[in-house]
Amino acid sequence: MSTSKEIEVKVGLKSPIVMGSIGLLTLVFLGLLGRDGMVAFEISRRTDSLQLPTLDIDSSLLGVLSGLAMFALAAFSLSRAIKNLKTPIWVSIVFGAVGVTALLGWLAAEKSVPIAFIAGTALVLAVPIILGAMAGIMSERVGITNIAIEGQLLTGAFMAAVVSSITDNFLFGVIAAMVTSAFLSMILAIFSIKFLAQQIIVGVVLNVLVIGVTNFLYQQWLTEDAQNVNFPGTMDIIKIPVLSDIPLLGPVFFENRITVFLAILIVPTIWFILFKTRLGLRARAVGEHPLAADTVGINVGRTRFWWVTIGGSIAGLGGAALTIGNAGAFGREMSGGFGFIALAVVILGRWNPIYASLAALLFGFSIILRVWANQVSPGIPTDFITMVPYVVTIIAVVGFVGKSRPPKALAVPYVKG
Amino acid sequence: MKLELRGITKRFGAVTANEDIDLVIEPGEIHALLGENGAGKSTLMNVLYGLYTADEGHIEIDGVRQNFSGPGDAMAAGIGMVHQHFMLIPVFTVAENVALGHEPTKAFGVIDLAQAKKQVLEISERFGFNIDPDALIEDLPVGAQQRVEIIKALSRDAKILVLDEPTAVLTPQETDELMEIMRQLAKSGTSIVFITHKLREVKAVADRITVIRLGKVVGSAKPDAETSELASLMVGREVMLTVNKKPAVLGDVVLEAEHITVLDDRSQKAVNDVSFEVRGGEILALAGVQGNGQTELAEFLLGLRKPLGSKAKVNLNGKEITNKSVREVLESGVGFIPEDRQSDGLVSEFTIAENLMLNSSYKSRFTKGLNINFAARKRIAKELVEQFDVRTPSAETVANKLSGGNQQKVVVARELSREVSLLIASQPTRGVDVGSIEFIHEQIIAARDAGKAVILISSELDEVLALADRIAVMYRGKIVGIVEPNTSREDLGKLMAGVTA
Repeated sequence: MSTSKEIEVKVGLKSPIVMGSIGLLTLVFLGLLGRDGMVAFEISRRTDSLQLPTLDIDSSLLGVLSGLAMFALAAFSLSRAIKNLKTPIWVSIVFGAVGVTALLGWLAAEKSVPIAFIAGTALVLAVPIILGAMAGIMSERVGITNIAIEGQLLTGAFMAAVVSSITDNFLFGVIAAMVTSAFLSMILAIFSIKFLAQQIIVGVVLNVLVIGVTNFLYQQWLTEDAQNVNFPGTMDIIKIPVLSDIPLLGPVFFENRITVFLAILIVPTIWFILFKTRLGLRARAVGEHPLAADTVGINVGRTRFWWVTIGGSIAGLGGAALTIGNAGAFGREMSGGFGFIALAVVILGRWNPIYASLAALLFGFSIILRVWANQVSPGIPTDFITMVPYVVTIIAVVGFVGKSRPPKALAVPYVKG
Repeated sequence: MKLELRGITKRFGAVTANEDIDLVIEPGEIHALLGENGAGKSTLMNVLYGLYTADEGHIEIDGVRQNFSGPGDAMAAGIGMVHQHFMLIPVFTVAENVALGHEPTKAFGVIDLAQAKKQVLEISERFGFNIDPDALIEDLPVGAQQRVEIIKALSRDAKILVLDEPTAVLTPQETDELMEIMRQLAKSGTSIVFITHKLREVKAVADRITVIRLGKVVGSAKPDAETSELASLMVGREVMLTVNKKPAVLGDVVLEAEHITVLDDRSQKAVNDVSFEVRGGEILALAGVQGNGQTELAEFLLGLRKPLGSKAKVNLNGKEITNKSVREVLESGVGFIPEDRQSDGLVSEFTIAENLMLNSSYKSRFTKGLNINFAARKRIAKELVEQFDVRTPSAETVANKLSGGNQQKVVVARELSREVSLLIASQPTRGVDVGSIEFIHEQIIAARDAGKAVILISSELDEVLALADRIAVMYRGKIVGIVEPNTSREDLGKLMAGVTA
């Protein structure tokens, strides 16, 4: 009596072909035609109490070995594809890691690779993107497209810098950033829920509005009186005792500003709420099938409103991470597209807080890679190097199991009969 | 629990969907609400369920007046509803769907999934539903999804269960199972409101019948009433329940299709190595529960989908049309009535006349060189509107102002007024009033008597039995049998469920 469909998915040769080609490129350019000289991978920082030895290897040899390893992974992927099986995620991840190692080794021929520094900075740079992506996920999971992440970040960055400067208290700055950003999101929420406006247009308008307002105030006020209103400095770095002494992990995760710690806490919390609690189940129901949620007595409008608003406040915190958590002052349009990257990260992370954060880290990594590559091997076109992590991402996505599936009711206003 | 609806009136703008409706549901009875599509049954139930607010009238439960401001209130009062379009979230599990809205929780609002699963299993076992609480809804067949909806209502202690067109998506066997479930529920004291337009089912299961037409109650009846009596109440006049048709005069083979395999949108085999032929002057019905490949097969024949593999071959009047473009297929003499007229059959913002020339926009009687011949279009549209009995103020009326039946007549007129040798009619009478059904059936028979080949795709068994000269039953992408139209419902039902003799 059942009519359930047989699953007959055809697995293509995309993954093995892409992986094989990249492996070949690695083998030839980073290996055979690579650069000579030893490269040292530093696991410990020089300041660490516990010193681990560096791992030394010849740069071109590393390239060759990596290329071969990547071939092996491609071959494995091929053998799976022939049996009509998907390439498991771990293969993609290992593949990416091997590729990145080869690239780092190539860049740092005759020099050293400070792993903790690179990873730690990548995390700090990723925090605004991570928090912006959380705002995006919270909003889109309940069915409201949030293009305004950029504006939310910028609002947070501005308010954090100004309020911290004026009150001389970082806590007030953070609270102001979160509250103002939440108010901004309420505009998006109200227009989308109450007035059924085109959500993308509302989002774009909010972005333009915030850029305009902050540029104006920056020019007219912050630059005139920078000493008093745009000189917050950055928050202190907190070292968590014991944990921060762990090699590699310590400096990366447990020796940071409060904004980073908050981000590390917020991501799993949102994941937990979204997938394990009543609140999350209802929110996802609203984003998938609002009418069904309504018929079991869930208030669709209210749910959407609060998730968008609270998401906005988290983006505000992300903005604060830009100023008082990193740069130390507000600069014109300083979010510089992080909000849009966060938007991409939401999709790349398949509306899952954990995956989205990993994707955001990749973007953080690509930013630090450019800076570091410039220092360690001047003369190499850094724009080209910056491209590499994105190429790796694309491979990872190609290899991912299943398609990215947005919430069904995304961007669809809910009208009650 | 006794439910009373008193003088319910509901208007949408100028349209009165329900007018002064009184209805009493006694405890433990199965009360059928019978009416055509668009008679106002669903509106009435949505008022009852708190989704709509009535403009006049009120609802009483055990004599106490109720004020429902939303479905939450209705549920709290003991009303459960199984909607025509399931209110289930496809990416959630059964347990999550059932629990949604009244989730059992542990500390910090963490969902107690074990408890939720237990509840599903308990109800599922009590009524023999056989549902796995961990299954994802999107992986379940529709029959099972419907049982999940029933579990959902029962888990909220529903004393009155409203079933809105529950059999529309079921195989005959699943329908029988559902009726058994309904009887069981009624025996355990639950009242059931059974909304349908299918007379056979009403007679089989209802204790009392209320007939609704054009938003009003037009009468009530006992289930032992004559079918024709019920039908005439429903439509307001005598209807022919069977179609008069002459024996088929078979002509040459018009369509030959061999080894057809087609993928659906999810890249799965929707049609799996199917072969058949249709002759001129006959109606071949493709029967089967929806989603067994009929849609994809029709789209393939029209050229909308490409076949998988190189063995597929389609000949129309001896000429190969495999892999031809849709335009070439249409030009070679295929007429197509798509299953969803709203999205595929018409451009609803266009006028009737514009819709009539949709597939003859070039080198046709509607054109003059590169231009539209407006005078001719006006004349032809007027003729077709009359000939196909489209009830409209004028041929320049916008299509979405028409009722479903009249919209469908426009589609039929467009397809049959061209020179076609093959007509593919996909769900031609879905959501259409009885009067229009009769008319459309006559047109299809007329096309067949004129020597055209007709492929009728329908999930309505009644329609298939009334029209078909041969019935091909599809199940999971295969034709599991081609049978004569005098085959019994039971045997057809078995075939539709994939049981081959």
